Amino acid sequence: MADKTGWKDLMRGGDLPPATSREYKTGSWRSLRPVLDLSNCIHCMICVAYCPDMCIPVVRSEEGVVGRNGRIYKGLVRLETDFDYCKGCGICAEECPTDCIKMVREEVVETSSK
Amino acid sequence: MATYQDIVSKPTPLAPGHRMCAGCGIPAIVNSIIAASDKPVIVANATGCLEVTSTIYPFSAWNVPWVHLTFENAAAVAAGIETAYKALKKRGKIKDDVNIIAFGGDGGTYDIGIQALSGALERGHRFLYVVYDNEGYMNTGNQRSGATPFGADTTTVPAGTKSIGKTQWRKNIVEISAAHRIPYAAQAAAHNVVDIYNKAKKALSADGPSFLAVLQPCTTNWKYDTALTMKYSKLAVETNFWPLYEIENGKVHINYKPKERKPIEEFLKGQGRYRHLFKPENRYAIEEFQSLVDEEWERLLKLEESGAKL
Repeated sequence: MADKTGWKDLMRGGDLPPATSREYKTGSWRSLRPVLDLSNCIHCMICVAYCPDMCIPVVRSEEGVVGRNGRIYKGLVRLETDFDYCKGCGICAEECPTDCIKMVREEVVETSSK
Repeated sequence: MATYQDIVSKPTPLAPGHRMCAGCGIPAIVNSIIAASDKPVIVANATGCLEVTSTIYPFSAWNVPWVHLTFENAAAVAAGIETAYKALKKRGKIKDDVNIIAFGGDGGTYDIGIQALSGALERGHRFLYVVYDNEGYMNTGNQRSGATPFGADTTTVPAGTKSIGKTQWRKNIVEISAAHRIPYAAQAAAHNVVDIYNKAKKALSADGPSFLAVLQPCTTNWKYDTALTMKYSKLAVETNFWPLYEIENGKVHINYKPKERKPIEEFLKGQGRYRHLFKPENRYAIEEFQSLVDEEWERLLKLEESGAKL
């Protein structure tokens, strides 16, 4: 330790730009797909708050969207799940108060949509 | 009163693409805590599930400034950040107010990080320490920790013909923190995100260190279906296994008292780590479990009733 090196001489540690994990699509982990029936949704935001993968997008809608019983829901509304990241855990379907999400096996969804 | 809308209308601090298990409870906890901050936050994150899954090189799932650190020093680093921030502010190099939040798992808090935590609480740094408690070293494959409850099957204390798993109760980390005479310490559970949000708001407005313990059911090592995370969190509260309470300036206040306490079996049922307790020869352990839970609850009720300062 003959030469004295100050902290300014040290190599800089690694720093990463934010939210780069978006490049890693965890949707490939999924075996069950949450199929959403928006006509029965009350936009309560429980699924959005619980979703471990933050893959339920929300928008603020002034004109509103049609939900349960044909009612128009204004303000914050949820959109279709982002299947790039959804791991298919099923928390949204389990916790939905109006049971408007059903977990369906991926291969069933794929064959029925063809 | 806070609502779900308040929580989800904020941009999430965690981005999708992280590699937590399907059905993990951690993101809901982290998102609702950081949503409660109306100032920019700096996160110090101890090694644990959250740290290793959110920042696998070269990816990072964080949208807020985040510091990687080792298992034991989350509180010490948060204290250092706070001190540096105060010094820079004094010199006029920073204008903004910030909140400093440290996240640790139960291993990094109850066991490995407790001396750093105790030191930071004692020195009175203004920061919030959050422990997401999944009751074991779940990221490394279910080893026993100081937070593992009675009767749980872990790889280091396995259940078998001669053993029922862990034979001790867990530490009461909230009361350990409150014993440092900090302004705010509380216990919350993953399913009640509004409660977490409210508690985080209170904690962040406290003038001094604050502590928050949040139960986070672990689908992988409690061994239940991924969809049931929030259900088990709810059952933990309904059975009084994990009461929701806060200790504000030494005074205990219970936030939620179940109208009718559910028997502990309802919480244990369906969890792989407790499967052995339902064998006829181990039934006594469930009764013992129940009496441990009831004893703790009675104690807590008495503490609240007496209004004495802890």
